[in-house]
Amino acid sequence: MTGSKVLKATGILALVGVAATAWLGLWVTPDAVGFPHGLVRLLYIHPPMAWVAFVAYGMAFLSSMLYLWPRTRHIRFDRMAGASAEVGVVFTGLTLATGSIWGRPTWGVWWTWDPLLTTTALLFVLYLGYLALRRVPGDPEVVARRSAIAALIAFVDVPVVYFSVSWWRSLHQAPTIDFTGRHLYVHGSMAWTLLLGFVSFTLAYAWLTAHRYRLAGLQDSEADEGLRYALDERRAEGLGPA
Amino acid sequence: MLRDAWLVAGKDLRIEARSRVALNQVVPFAAAVILLFGLALGPDRSVLAPASAGLFWIAVLLSCLLATQRSFAVESADGARDGLRLSGLDPAGIFLGKAGAVVAELLVLEALLALGVAVLYGAHLTGGLVLAAVCVTATVGLAAVGIIYGAVASGLRVKETLLPLLFLPVAAPVLLAATKAWDEALAGTPSGGLGWLSLLAVFAVVYVTIGIVAFGPLLEES
Repeated sequence: MTGSKVLKATGILALVGVAATAWLGLWVTPDAVGFPHGLVRLLYIHPPMAWVAFVAYGMAFLSSMLYLWPRTRHIRFDRMAGASAEVGVVFTGLTLATGSIWGRPTWGVWWTWDPLLTTTALLFVLYLGYLALRRVPGDPEVVARRSAIAALIAFVDVPVVYFSVSWWRSLHQAPTIDFTGRHLYVHGSMAWTLLLGFVSFTLAYAWLTAHRYRLAGLQDSEADEGLRYALDERRAEGLGPA
Repeated sequence: MLRDAWLVAGKDLRIEARSRVALNQVVPFAAAVILLFGLALGPDRSVLAPASAGLFWIAVLLSCLLATQRSFAVESADGARDGLRLSGLDPAGIFLGKAGAVVAELLVLEALLALGVAVLYGAHLTGGLVLAAVCVTATVGLAAVGIIYGAVASGLRVKETLLPLLFLPVAAPVLLAATKAWDEALAGTPSGGLGWLSLLAVFAVVYVTIGIVAFGPLLEES
């Protein structure tokens, strides 16, 4: 827990918020009628996770664009893009996992080719590729530039994927899952808990990303220091007694 | 820009015509893929024929990976990449030329593959005009993404494993749209595929544009 006071406060607020969401979601809010016992409690974490994933990808895209734009080109935007995408991938994985847990008792299957689900899964592999590309070592500027272009390609693909997958599902197959007939009314304490979920997960995103960003900066300066140290050592060898 | 594109495409195609790597390796690879699909799904034509559009496009996707890898492999020897960079050609032209050469190679491959699925899977190639239009549009999109990512990954030691991971998820909408459009055409209702064709066109335009804009900075890096 290092960093600025604001960051520390964000971390504490996120922690308290997530804990409060868990408490409200698990014990205080009522169980929903017509759903398997207790399942509705996933509602308080699943949509906030998906939301955070999309915010993270949006942030990664924005930072990449700022890096590519010559006037705002700075290595910190590249670090921001990497940090945000990394957190986004974690939350996409969590979204898929909680979605599957929701799907099994509700629809009897762990997986269904629903447009949102399929898009999310493709997004997951898309950004895993982006992170893999980032990890390939090289000159920091070169790495930053190619990562920014990859982020642009990936982000532009998201609406195309979503559009094509929803069209694919709506045209040719009758829905295998009955979404109708089970209306969930989010009201009272449920609505407040969901709102708290959104706020605290967003804070958690900000906290994680800020720390990852700081860590990326430290990693870069460590690499620089290491190089300087190695150079000094070689120089000392040259100057030392023969 | 177009003149440069023409030069680069001519160069790449001449290399292919002389080295015959595409003919001797990529075409047999695609043939092996559609044979293996036949083995995986069994000899039943009632299973194979309805799946032929999807299998055809999977084979094209995998071949496109090979073609783009090859397109950058020819630049890696003897510092050809630096030569290309120093030649003073417009980067956008280089992008269009390389993508154009891959499109030309893949279109020939697709004609052969279409013959293959007709013979091996018993697919009836009806709606020829739509089939051809889908092939051209989808291939332009695939080649554009392939060449951009090929440039991103070229020069990296892990390019063989990284390129498929980068390319395949982005190409997923092309696979979907091209397969659906072919399905419609093969089912005898080619007009049903026109919507998908427009989606493919959007994809192609978007990625050709990104390639034209982004290829300069990509080529600068070493």
